[in-house]
Amino acid sequence: MGISFPPPCTRLRERIVYDDRDTARSLPLMPIVAVDHLSKIYPVAVKEPGLRGTLNHFFRRQYRSIRAVESISFDIAAGEIVGFLGPNGAGKTTTLKMLSGLIYPSSGTVRVAGQIPFDRKTAFLKSMSLVMGQKQQLLWDLPALDSLRINAAVYELSDIEFKQRVGELSEMLALQDQLRQPIRKLSLGERMKAELLAALLHHPKVLFLDEPTLGLDVNAQAAVRDFLRTYNQRYQATILLTSHYMADIAALCQRVLLIYQGRLIYDGSLDGLVERFSPYREVQVELATPVPEAKLRQFAEIESCDRCRVRFLVQRPELTQVVGQILAQLPVSDLSVTEPPLEEVIARLFTTGTVA
Amino acid sequence: MNKIWRGWWTLLVVYYAHMVEYRAELLFWILSGSLPIILMGAWVEAAQGDRFSLDAIQFARYFISVFIVRQFTLVWVVWEFEKEVVQGKLSLRLLQPLDPGWHHFISHISERFARLPLVVVLLALFFALYPQAWWLPSFEQAALGGLAIALAFLLRFLFQYTTAMLSFWTERASAIEEMFFLFYLFLSGFIAPLDVFPPVVSQIASWTPFPYMLYFPAALLIGLPVDWGRGLAVIGLWALLLGIVNRWAWRRGLRQYSGMGA
Repeated sequence: MGISFPPPCTRLRERIVYDDRDTARSLPLMPIVAVDHLSKIYPVAVKEPGLRGTLNHFFRRQYRSIRAVESISFDIAAGEIVGFLGPNGAGKTTTLKMLSGLIYPSSGTVRVAGQIPFDRKTAFLKSMSLVMGQKQQLLWDLPALDSLRINAAVYELSDIEFKQRVGELSEMLALQDQLRQPIRKLSLGERMKAELLAALLHHPKVLFLDEPTLGLDVNAQAAVRDFLRTYNQRYQATILLTSHYMADIAALCQRVLLIYQGRLIYDGSLDGLVERFSPYREVQVELATPVPEAKLRQFAEIESCDRCRVRFLVQRPELTQVVGQILAQLPVSDLSVTEPPLEEVIARLFTTGTVA
Repeated sequence: MNKIWRGWWTLLVVYYAHMVEYRAELLFWILSGSLPIILMGAWVEAAQGDRFSLDAIQFARYFISVFIVRQFTLVWVVWEFEKEVVQGKLSLRLLQPLDPGWHHFISHISERFARLPLVVVLLALFFALYPQAWWLPSFEQAALGGLAIALAFLLRFLFQYTTAMLSFWTERASAIEEMFFLFYLFLSGFIAPLDVFPPVVSQIASWTPFPYMLYFPAALLIGLPVDWGRGLAVIGLWALLLGIVNRWAWRRGLRQYSGMGA
């Protein structure tokens, strides 16, 4: 099935930002992250299965190019929290690695905090941080405080700054009691908090987060989200965040970037994303008596059907007409119309082929 | 400058704490480095017939010196670095404004302090069992030997860290290190002191970095005649060459690095 892309995003040198009261205002903003036609192509070794494939792989190794990121462009203003969405392998992590100077772009330009990331100048490294949910920088067998002391030495913090920042951040993260325990003795949530503390000890202006809540329970996810929101407000830090949990995105980000097969296909508000990619509503119907599915299908696409409980997916332009028909022709005891959950919108987006 | 020293001191203290977490592993690792003691037995026996320029006691002292030098010059950076590159863990180091090489270097230094007490105990045990081999280096021997051990460690570290840079391209730089280790075994004086090699072989060896990683400090500790000035010059030249290659490979390698798995 072909993928149809929406019109390419225009670069937003002057974009709409939303304040806390959700009112829109237009401001000319200097981007702290500026990405222009950024691409990354990887060579990947290809191996056929079996002995013959193995011998070929040994003597005549063949490579193919993977276009991980293709000519993406966007700007992020200082203080923004932006969600970076996309299915696995879409190019999110590769983009974050290029933004944080870990890998060299194949083409295009990036500037973060006025610096070219891959130059890895001290001023740049001190102004940003990247937190990877599945990777840890803290020494496994030692208490977090020891690893934090290393970070303080690396970022040349004085003893006073160190104590003050550890105190402040550990209070925000509710982590004071765990700092003296070996990392291996901490729960996953506590470890993630400790990782965040280590990544933010030098008060970075720009924070890249790759799945910071991966594997955490609901409470720990909420705690990390609250912390990120507070950190953003207190230090006017800019945050670019990838997450598979839409609750993270919905709670923190008013703006999202959507990447699919290496290409940026959406840059705008979260509400706009739903409007654009989910032109349907969910109609939940409670029937007085069961009705054959074949008959129900005549009204709209059926999401689920459990005897008397039916969930229809209805295109928005047809909503009024379809609801009218259902009420007129079916034994309805209850009916409600809702927007589908964000998770479902995104999941449909990436699986139905209607990036779809 | 004060900030830099304070930073290094912090790294040293924390990595020391990290190393002493593995006390049992450390003891087994030290014991696994006892090959010089075994070789000593063979060479002491072989020296009974006056066929070599060293007598049995000199052989015994030489190999115990080799054991001591090895304890202070062991390097494993190629395995650590290779793992960091292949698993993408290097990314976490690259995010910080400190060259990742310093983390490896300082953790090696701190490990020396962690193993020191265990090495002293083992040496005491050895001399208690074999008191004929006991000797006390003169102040000059100890000072020059100590300096040579420090330089030997630097050279060994630089050599292996430069080999480790190949991880960016081959992902199995440790295999190349294993090949170099063969040259190290033979030319460093690990298997036998260079004094028993044919003159041509020891002349060729003296221009390679390997004798300065082991034979040179061991010979200084027990008072064998060595050309101190030439030794320093060769160490300096190799260190300079390795330093240049290392930095060049680092810059090229980073462009190659794709942060796999990170």
